[in-house]
Amino acid sequence: MAENPFKDIPGTTLFDAEQSRKGYHLNMFCMSLMKAEGREAFKADEGAYLDRWPMTAEQKAAVIARDWNGMLALGGNIYFTSKIAATDGLSFQQIAAMMSGVSQADYAAMMLAGGRSIEGVRSKKGDA
Amino acid sequence: MARITAGVATSHVPAIGAALDNGRSGEDYWKPVFAGYETSKAWIKDARPDVVILVYNDHASAFSLELIPTFAIGCAESFAPADEGWGPRPVPVVQGHPELAWHLAQSLILDEFDMTIVNRMDVDHGLTVPLSLMFGQPDAWPCKVIPLAVNVVQYPPPTGNRCFKLGLAIARAVASFPEDLNVQVWGTGGMSHQLQGPRAGLINKAFDTAFLDRLVADPEGQAAVPHIDYVREAGSEGIELVMWLVMRGALTREVRELRRFYHVPASNTAVGHLILEPIPEQPQ
Repeated sequence: MAENPFKDIPGTTLFDAEQSRKGYHLNMFCMSLMKAEGREAFKADEGAYLDRWPMTAEQKAAVIARDWNGMLALGGNIYFTSKIAATDGLSFQQIAAMMSGVSQADYAAMMLAGGRSIEGVRSKKGDA
Repeated sequence: MARITAGVATSHVPAIGAALDNGRSGEDYWKPVFAGYETSKAWIKDARPDVVILVYNDHASAFSLELIPTFAIGCAESFAPADEGWGPRPVPVVQGHPELAWHLAQSLILDEFDMTIVNRMDVDHGLTVPLSLMFGQPDAWPCKVIPLAVNVVQYPPPTGNRCFKLGLAIARAVASFPEDLNVQVWGTGGMSHQLQGPRAGLINKAFDTAFLDRLVADPEGQAAVPHIDYVREAGSEGIELVMWLVMRGALTREVRELRRFYHVPASNTAVGHLILEPIPEQPQ
């Protein structure tokens, strides 16, 4: 099979069929946080609430640790995992900073200065 | 006869809606974003569309992973703002246009676009932020809206070419609606942005500028651009830009560019905005 060109993009997980199948229950748990009852039950006992979904132990651990990149690797989709952030009272920009490994102040400054440059992050093989 | 009088494209960044809803639009950070839409708001007051066909994507609000329609058309009488986890945006309920929406659904399906028909759907920031940018904060939206949701969350979204051809089919469908209606088609989302992973915060102004130029002057060429180019160059969420091609396809081959605005940043995203006017071909 030909090499998947999307896997060559640094720091990016494409939410494709493989990820979607892997992350179905993780993402559906996130979806339940759209409702106030879900958010309250999750906050009251995170472990017990997560046990309502047939998620893997790694997925549950990543949620409890708020390992945002780990959740993506385990099939989470950012529009779903961001609902955990909303439950925690975090903004999209705050978790974006966490996922890219910098402080929120540094991340916000980077955005104000025009955002992350494409130079050097096009390809894992190095930019042509 | 119904006619398409203009196309509007705009980003739909949720933080823009939050800034407006929380009275922060006058802050230094947000002022340039809202200032960029002032002339557009004046323009649309005169343009007075009866109906906007609003192409947008749902962000895991109305559609979870249980059901992922590639193209869905809202045929309901009205659509409530979705609760995206912070409570629904304090904006008016969106009034639909069921007659035109059903006409579009039928025409498009018989024209070989297999639309999903939606009779109940809440609409999230993808749809309501563009309305806020163009109309401000009225007590009721001044026109009817037909939501046309495109899947861009689960890979693969429809190709740029498919989106462009859907626009062409929308133009045919609108032209065959007997009632005299002033219709606009809006394409939303983008521009370059990546919300996930270590590459979050990506902005590519050169890509965005070239996209805007080519969307106006060479839409068929832009429609042929493959997904990998969007994801690599404009970020994993920059692929939303294929939705602008639906709007462009619904206009004439030649268009007049009435307005262009570009600004970085709004939260994690580059904001882009266009107003295009069709130039009907003169009979030879």
